[in-house]
Amino acid sequence: MSRKLFEISNEPISVDEVSRRISSPAAGAIVSFAGIVRGNNAGRRVRYLEYEAYPEMAEPLLAQIAEEIKARWPVEEVAIVHRVGRQKVGETSVVIAIASAHRLGAFEAGRYAIDRLKEIVPVWKKEHFEGGEVWIEGPEEQPESPFD
Amino acid sequence: MISGRIKFFSVLREAAGCSESEWEIKEGANVEELLAHLQAKMPNLAKWIDSAWLAVNRRYATPEQVLQDGDEVALFPPVSGG
Repeated sequence: MSRKLFEISNEPISVDEVSRRISSPAAGAIVSFAGIVRGNNAGRRVRYLEYEAYPEMAEPLLAQIAEEIKARWPVEEVAIVHRVGRQKVGETSVVIAIASAHRLGAFEAGRYAIDRLKEIVPVWKKEHFEGGEVWIEGPEEQPESPFD
Repeated sequence: MISGRIKFFSVLREAAGCSESEWEIKEGANVEELLAHLQAKMPNLAKWIDSAWLAVNRRYATPEQVLQDGDEVALFPPVSGG
């Protein structure tokens, strides 16, 4: 089992497994989020999604999101794992887990994590639907590099 | 001359016909000049290149960024993870 907290993975992922990566005696609460491949999108019947990533850039950005979270909320630890490759409807594409001493803030932190991931992390999905395929595009504005 | 590698992802990978290529350009050139060279070599990129996001050495970059020998450039569409 991988113990990496920020990972682009080719393997199936689960909330339980990712949550275990951050469980500790300090954590009185773990809030988790799972992104699931949906069976329909914009009126199209989805067959499967094909995810692609730039892992060497994506993993440091996942770690950066965790740093942003720790600067804003009193959380103990964060783990974010995004799966790439072909994924069927109902499969889990991304898991975010937030461990904190108390529940306060952990829900907000989880929401922040998925919003931020969709803004800045270099992962893309191609939707294969009945009758065709299309690359899904995200936000219009490229983020600035936060390290400058 | 300086040189390095360039990576393509998603629709830009498909337009380029490869996931990675080499670049070579005069010293002092910036990312924008590299993209102009690239477009001349790979005309299929034209449709996507203006709205593409840029990274140099795995960090988001602007077209004005001056290239260094060995830089890893990446070109990709707006991200759509989740």
